[in-house]
Amino acid sequence: MESLPITIQLFSLIGTLIFMAFIARLIVRGKLREEYSFIWIVCAIILIVFSAWRDGLTKISVLLGVFYPPSLIFLAAIFAIICFLVHLSVVNSKLQNSIKELTHEVAMLKKEVEDLETPDKFVPETKKHSNLT
Amino acid sequence: MKSLRVLVVVPCYNEQSSVAAVVNDIHWVKTRFGLTLDTLVVNDCSTDNTMAVVRTLDCLHLDLPVNLGIGGCMQAGYKYAYRKGYDVAVQVDGDGQHPAEGLIKLLKPIFEDQADVVIGSRFLERQGFQSSFVRRIGIRYFRWLNQLLIHKTVHDSTSGFRAFNRKTIEIVNAYYPDEYPEPEAIVQFGLHNLRLLEVPVLMEERQGGTSSITFIQSIYYLFKVTMGTLFVYIRLRKI
Repeated sequence: MESLPITIQLFSLIGTLIFMAFIARLIVRGKLREEYSFIWIVCAIILIVFSAWRDGLTKISVLLGVFYPPSLIFLAAIFAIICFLVHLSVVNSKLQNSIKELTHEVAMLKKEVEDLETPDKFVPETKKHSNLT
Repeated sequence: MKSLRVLVVVPCYNEQSSVAAVVNDIHWVKTRFGLTLDTLVVNDCSTDNTMAVVRTLDCLHLDLPVNLGIGGCMQAGYKYAYRKGYDVAVQVDGDGQHPAEGLIKLLKPIFEDQADVVIGSRFLERQGFQSSFVRRIGIRYFRWLNQLLIHKTVHDSTSGFRAFNRKTIEIVNAYYPDEYPEPEAIVQFGLHNLRLLEVPVLMEERQGGTSSITFIQSIYYLFKVTMGTLFVYIRLRKI
């Protein structure tokens, strides 16, 4: 590990900081809701930690009994990505449900407005009967 | 019999060529049998002139601002029926597959309180349009699935020609399946212990528009409906 050049460490640190600044900018501009930014900030912090702490990955790998340290990165990254994708699917389903409810309400309201604007256009059978009684 | 108020819900997606005939047929049945009946056309965000045609017709209409598919479209109609206090809701497709003469057959068991849900079946008396071979295999599969889950035999589980009483309207007002609702809804009704009844009706080949299911989508259809049915079963079994 002593032979690892300092350049790549600098690159990864700078890259992570830029990423974090980008996330922060999205939040400030209101393009990313805080609850979704949380996971990205955590990711950035983890990246920063491992950029600075050079032997960290090897040490954790040894601790967990992982023979080839980079495979630990893939395992962790893929697991995190899958979790986040499931989360997004849940959010998406919720949104779709909300859209359905809203569409129903809007259609009903459109009907109400139209009925108020043109009261004599169409008299439902139910109304006719209630007028008689 | 005439005191029950009926709402006929006609879901429409790009049915400009057939919707007028459907509404007029319903009107004809209504005057002939003296029913207290309103027709509600639900336009599922059609891209053709369906809405313009519907406006000229003697019927109520809902215009969905977003395309929801048949399930969401029908639920809008059922919600309307629920809120306006209708006693019976009937689905009649806007493509002319369901001839209005069948309406009386569908309504009779509900008026006589023999059933909560009446399904018009094209297979009880093998007459009229019998659907394609592949589709019949699918329908047979759903029949088997329904027997397995709710121990009830529905011969034509994909039929959309259905009548609901007030009790059922209250249930579908709260939840109605989304994409391909018909087979899934049967399991839903079975688990709510509703009385299902099938009556023989004639069906015709669609007069206009295209089916909501093309051949390529049929595999997805089978998968989606099986999943939906199983999840409805798991969700409602506890009730």
